[in-house]
Amino acid sequence: MGRLGGLILHHRGAAVTMKVMKIVVCVKQIPDPAAPGSLDPSTHALKRDGKLILDDSDAYGVEMALQLVTAAGGGEVSIVSMAPNGETSGMRTALAMGAVRGVLVSDPALAGSDALTTARVLAAAVQKIGMPDLVIAATESTDGYTGTVPAQMAEVLGLPSVTFAKKVKVEGGVLKIDRQTEDGYDEVECPLPALVSVTAGVVEPRYPSFKGIMDAKKKEVITVTASDLGITPVGWSGAGQKVSSVTQAEARQAGQVIEDDGEAFNKIVAFLETLKVI
Amino acid sequence: MTINNVWVFAQGSNATVSSFTAELLTKARSLTDNVSAFVAGDGAALAESLGKFGAKKVYSTGDLGGRLAGVAAASAMAALISGGDKPDLILFPQNYDGRDTIARLSVKLGVTVLTNSVDIAVVGSEVVATTPIFGGNVLFATAFTGAGPHLASFRPKSFAAQESGGGAAEVAAVAVPDAGATGAAKVTAVHVEETSGPKLDEANVVVAGGRGLGESQNFAMVEELSKLLHGAPGASRAIVDAGWVPYSYQVGQTGKVVKPSVYIAAGISGATQHMVGMKGSKNIIAINKDKEAPIFAVADLGIVGDVHKVLPKLIEALKSRG
Repeated sequence: MGRLGGLILHHRGAAVTMKVMKIVVCVKQIPDPAAPGSLDPSTHALKRDGKLILDDSDAYGVEMALQLVTAAGGGEVSIVSMAPNGETSGMRTALAMGAVRGVLVSDPALAGSDALTTARVLAAAVQKIGMPDLVIAATESTDGYTGTVPAQMAEVLGLPSVTFAKKVKVEGGVLKIDRQTEDGYDEVECPLPALVSVTAGVVEPRYPSFKGIMDAKKKEVITVTASDLGITPVGWSGAGQKVSSVTQAEARQAGQVIEDDGEAFNKIVAFLETLKVI
Repeated sequence: MTINNVWVFAQGSNATVSSFTAELLTKARSLTDNVSAFVAGDGAALAESLGKFGAKKVYSTGDLGGRLAGVAAASAMAALISGGDKPDLILFPQNYDGRDTIARLSVKLGVTVLTNSVDIAVVGSEVVATTPIFGGNVLFATAFTGAGPHLASFRPKSFAAQESGGGAAEVAAVAVPDAGATGAAKVTAVHVEETSGPKLDEANVVVAGGRGLGESQNFAMVEELSKLLHGAPGASRAIVDAGWVPYSYQVGQTGKVVKPSVYIAAGISGATQHMVGMKGSKNIIAINKDKEAPIFAVADLGIVGDVHKVLPKLIEALKSRG
């Protein structure tokens, strides 16, 4: 049964047992993906010094968590995140959607951390909140997209994981998930506590309301360092990898660009003919 | 360091390795003669096909009985390694089970992972994996610094598969240790989505649609055009996120990597996220109403125009050819 607590409510005189579901969602605050990315010329790390926003991919996990808590009839959603520079604006978006609190692991020493260190740090942050029934993450971040952190976190936490979930529900304390596969999808059942990574589009994220945005400013965000959590070494020194070289890829040459005068489709037909596709 | 022993996380069905596995085995062979495959499933059934691409040995867990491959494979690999059967390098496909396995194994071994790679080489005393970033404009090479086994995962179609002419791989049955709570997830049903045409990442022609189509029903034009060209329909992340088409249609950094002979981008602006997945196409045709759209920088033929006008005429023209 995991850690689902029972809560007895008296509703119109009848005793109704409701489940309380505690969920932690891991989010990443990233530079605006619409702006071109750049590397720090000395460290070759992705520059993350400007304003950071909530990674779009994470809005799905936050929404999923809020819906699961509603379906369970009670509970709460907490947010954990890691950022070297103390930035919380992306976390505030998640709080404005309805999460109740956040833990930010922020430490200049975290810059350059590899995925394994990131997973260890986030796992420790989850444990700081208290082991939940469910941990939710996106399948990968939009900026770094290593794509291994969710399953690495599950291994660190000793949890089963179901990655690439495109449908998630909880029935009788058991997760029921449709998991994306190469040829379609698998139905997977998993006891709680567990970790799930959700694909984009799994639910429709809500827009924070004005009240939500105002409330979020007052919500608790605890900032801790990696060493507060007992995770050392982190950053470049903890990563089992180093930058070897950074080079420009061979650029693809642009071809012919024409304005459609109503007959441009003929150009496509002619091009397909020369390629012997038709 | 020198690479004397490489494992490949291998997959296949109907006694045939996947094209992805064949690519990774071909790369492994270029690093050492001592290449083994690891199959989370019935490896014996794949022994002949694995041998054809150069695997001398296949570690086989046998049927997983509904257990998820990631935890099972990582547990079995970790047990082999702690027992002294230790490769220098393990190559993984950047796909669902490959990613789960490399992630779990990295924690069990306490070693880093290099993912999304497109190449790997021994450079001097270091093992270096290369990853394209910023939409493939920059190649980022990263060296492993810790002790092995080194774990790296690769994008599909990073290498051209070539047969080695080898005989069937020797089959070594491996036990899957009890993974305790981490192994508690179980597959209860398998659904295969029937597609009538070729697979997106194997098709000779891909026609992909994006937000420029305006609304979901207009994706039908993309499907019709791809059918007429015996290709596969694809999509940008924007319209997958919007729920117009399933995730399995997505081309890009977080979707499939395609390298068809012809890629037609209809109403796709060419965000970095998308370009990563299609820049390797031999020929690119783009239709977009914004002449500043980044997609035109990589297009062999760019049409600045309205997809709602160009696509119907193109479809009619192709139909009239019979």
